[in-house]
Amino acid sequence: MPGPYQYAIWVICSILELTVVVCALAKHSFRRYFLLNLYMAASLLADISRCWFLLHYGFTSQEYRFAYFYSDAVLTICLYLALLQLYSHVFDEMNAERYLRIGATLLLVGTTLFSYLVVHQSTDKMASPFVYEVSQNLYFVGMVLTYVLWGAVFKLRETRAQLIQLVLSLGVYFSAFAANYALQNLHHLHGLLSYVTPLTGIWLPAAWCYAFLRTPEDARLAPSQLALSRR
Amino acid sequence: MIAALIFVLSLVALLQFFVFYCRSMIATSRKQMLSLQARDVTGISEAAARGDEFDRILELVQLCPELRTDRNDIRAVHLYYGLLSFLRATVAQLLPDLNAWTERERGGCAYFAAVALDRRIAFSRNLMAEQMPENL
Repeated sequence: MPGPYQYAIWVICSILELTVVVCALAKHSFRRYFLLNLYMAASLLADISRCWFLLHYGFTSQEYRFAYFYSDAVLTICLYLALLQLYSHVFDEMNAERYLRIGATLLLVGTTLFSYLVVHQSTDKMASPFVYEVSQNLYFVGMVLTYVLWGAVFKLRETRAQLIQLVLSLGVYFSAFAANYALQNLHHLHGLLSYVTPLTGIWLPAAWCYAFLRTPEDARLAPSQLALSRR
Repeated sequence: MIAALIFVLSLVALLQFFVFYCRSMIATSRKQMLSLQARDVTGISEAAARGDEFDRILELVQLCPELRTDRNDIRAVHLYYGLLSFLRATVAQLLPDLNAWTERERGGCAYFAAVALDRRIAFSRNLMAEQMPENL
């Protein structure tokens, strides 16, 4: 059963998600980063619906568990779409839109199929470590994709500071969750990680909030500046 | 075995992404000029600040009314500063180049904190200005 700590994180996370969407609207970045904002809005909806299921059916109920994992699967797909929008921003001068669209469709179909197969054959496995393994793999794939995107940012000398911060914060988020789920898979440290996992969830809305609110849209930054040179 | 591999790779990537992210925030803040008041309070005159000033400036930041939107980013840079201080106290003792680099980076962290302080001072001033007519 979630305690005051988990509830507090839940509320903070929801407020930050709402702030991201409002900031993007206020700074006229909503359309440019539509899929990122869609993900934030979907996260907010998922938080509210999970809360509703928790209050109506209880923490140990099958309904809450299904609502949690189904919404998580949908959110993961939304996050992949957000990542693909970042790809399209980085590659927009290379006219790679068509290839990205094909890649996006394949990725979406693949992820959906994979998620469907998991849910289809594992209704009784929802509470088992199997779920952690699936999440670990999905976040790890997301991390690898973000790493590739970061490589492209470096190689193509992308200088938009806001875009760079959005990509890097997504990288931190994916790798933190992949490491978190892998650790749960290895040692089943559910007790300890029940405190760390919600805290990790705050990272992305907080970082995106900062990127939209504090980083000017026209701010430039050379990625080579960020490399760890000792000069 | 696969979980262990994913765990190690994710940790390495996490550290790398985190360091790059903090450096990107510090680099963006370096382009912002400090207001006269923030310069007076912090004693920083240019974009270069001394690394050991970070803690003092952070204390000043914490004295100002909190902005929800920058709290986590200050924490992230604080964590980065901690990593740099750890490096400086251990490995950098043997490598003078690394020592100079960590000091520059810590200076960047101090400047980031000064920019955050500047923002909070401006926020407090606006807040006071809004409340003043109501009290009159």
